[in-house]
Amino acid sequence: MAEPILTVKNLQKHFGAKNNPLKAVDDISFHVMPGETLGLVGESGCGKSTTGRTIINLYDKTGGEVEFDGRNNDRLSRKEQKQFHQKLQMIFQDPYASLNPRMTVFEILEEGYDIHKLYKKKKERRERIYGLLESVGLNREHANRYPHEFSGGQRQRIGIARALSFDPKLIIADEPISALDVSIQAQVVNMMKNIQKERGLAYLFIAHDLSMVKYISDRIAVMYKGKIMEIGDAADLYERPVHPYTKSLLSAVPQPDPHSEKDRRRISYDADMHEYTEDEELELRDFGNNHLVYCSKKEYDSWKA
Amino acid sequence: MMNEPILQMKNLEIDFKTYAGTVKAVRKVSFDVFEGETLAIVGESGSGKSVTNQAIMKLLPQPPAIYAGGEILFGGSNILEKSEKQMERIRGNEISMIFQDPMTSLNPTMKIGKQITEVMLKHKKISSGDAKKRALELMDLVGIPNPKKRLNQYPHEFSGGMRQRVVIAIALAADPRLLIADEPTTALDVTIQAQILEVMKDVQKNSRTSIIFITHDLGVVANVADRVAVMYAGEIVEIGSVDDIFYNPQHPYTWGLLGSMPDMNADKKEELRTIPGSPPNLVDPPRGDAFAARNPRAMKIDFEKSPPMFEAGKDHYAKTWRLHPAAPKTEVPEIIRNRYMQYNGGDQ
Repeated sequence: MAEPILTVKNLQKHFGAKNNPLKAVDDISFHVMPGETLGLVGESGCGKSTTGRTIINLYDKTGGEVEFDGRNNDRLSRKEQKQFHQKLQMIFQDPYASLNPRMTVFEILEEGYDIHKLYKKKKERRERIYGLLESVGLNREHANRYPHEFSGGQRQRIGIARALSFDPKLIIADEPISALDVSIQAQVVNMMKNIQKERGLAYLFIAHDLSMVKYISDRIAVMYKGKIMEIGDAADLYERPVHPYTKSLLSAVPQPDPHSEKDRRRISYDADMHEYTEDEELELRDFGNNHLVYCSKKEYDSWKA
Repeated sequence: MMNEPILQMKNLEIDFKTYAGTVKAVRKVSFDVFEGETLAIVGESGSGKSVTNQAIMKLLPQPPAIYAGGEILFGGSNILEKSEKQMERIRGNEISMIFQDPMTSLNPTMKIGKQITEVMLKHKKISSGDAKKRALELMDLVGIPNPKKRLNQYPHEFSGGMRQRVVIAIALAADPRLLIADEPTTALDVTIQAQILEVMKDVQKNSRTSIIFITHDLGVVANVADRVAVMYAGEIVEIGSVDDIFYNPQHPYTWGLLGSMPDMNADKKEELRTIPGSPPNLVDPPRGDAFAARNPRAMKIDFEKSPPMFEAGKDHYAKTWRLHPAAPKTEVPEIIRNRYMQYNGGDQ
């Protein structure tokens, strides 16, 4: 079996005072395989975006390890650091805020090459950037325009083109489609899937729209209050959720089907229901088929049955 | 269920003057709202759904907005002819509105209790003691726990979901006949969204208030709506019962919307169906069917002449030439045929 492209071990990110920190990411571990999509879902404030930002070093982590492409993130030479920043890229939620309004599309896409001193020959660089635009369904005429001349969906394409500029191995996509209209969402998602097929890159897809996440992801991790509650194959997790939080989350998603909506019963979740005692050890336990659930030994025995 | 409509919109037209020219944002929109029903209005951003509904409250600043034609009949008289003073008696009293963002629609410097009672004290002959009592009832109704204590708190002490409940309580304070909810759950998490939708449905059951529910989320529409109007490029392109729209849709744009959303059972190997292109520029709207340029099944007439509303069934209308008796049979996408199969109680 191949090595994971990204391995996250006991990652922690705390904010605020040391004696009473807010544990935004609280000791989570997971991995992403080359060419796969891992969906990271949860409600606002659960720590999913912080996880993505900490992995890519936008935040300094409080503890734990991030291993990308076989190398530990803490022990990189300068050269390897550069490599890390090229091969791990990010797409942001807001296509309006994530592009500099005073730069043309060409300048936006060129900036990274300037920083990394790549494709220095003018002609070579131009061809490269035109190629990027074409791979996201735009064309070379768009290169000299400014971001305000584009619609939301087109801007998100520019953001994706920028993320692709160094042939990354992994893209962290933080709610890349939440700000777009339904029909445009579908265009962007199809494009992301096609690019993945062509280039074999992996996605960490952070989102709260559970239907779209199920559609795009191979595996899914559900976060709640800084911890991963459940992680498993997308279909398995949706059809056989184990953790009560996952069940509650799935039961809340409205479906475009009035008949099933009429009889839908929402399951509510209360973290106190577990009644954990002090001495119980809570961890992700294996329910088979790579389906892991955060629970106590007692719960494991009863849920497994 | 159908009785007299409480609101009738007839051929409403709204223009906006901009530097780029006059934008025809709403183009002859007509619909009725009946007592006790929920009418959902769906459409993408820029389709005119919010502008249409802001016109009901006469909230659009003029200029740049121009009410270019049509009328909105509420209680027998035309809202568009009312003075600002008359409108003040209607807003928050007979018609009230819930906005998308619960973070910005409350006054941060005013206690919650005062924000709820303010509406009643303004519009009703009621003592402040009774208003407070009623506020407590309302908070209870929308599911705010511990209302006595919460009454004296400020908005920042409430979570997003709780704030939206407060906004709903304020909207209901004067027993409005019509509640306009503009994307009321879009900013909320799914679990909170589900709770708010339940609150709104409960409230409606008890009060017979009519609701216009504006959203782009078809899942939410399926959950709350009795009837649905689909808007595209400033026009209503299809209107019917929720079952008509979801199981017997007739307009190609409605097909596109339903097709581009993966449901939880979607097959992953299949590509999502997308609607190619983007909506037309409404400074110079297309001469024919506004959706023709994005419709792979468009006919010649679609580009030449704007279609009228054709009757597709009882109380079900669609603005597409494919329903013209002389039109050739168009091929229906598979995903929509599958929906037709779920439709019991009607032919195709």
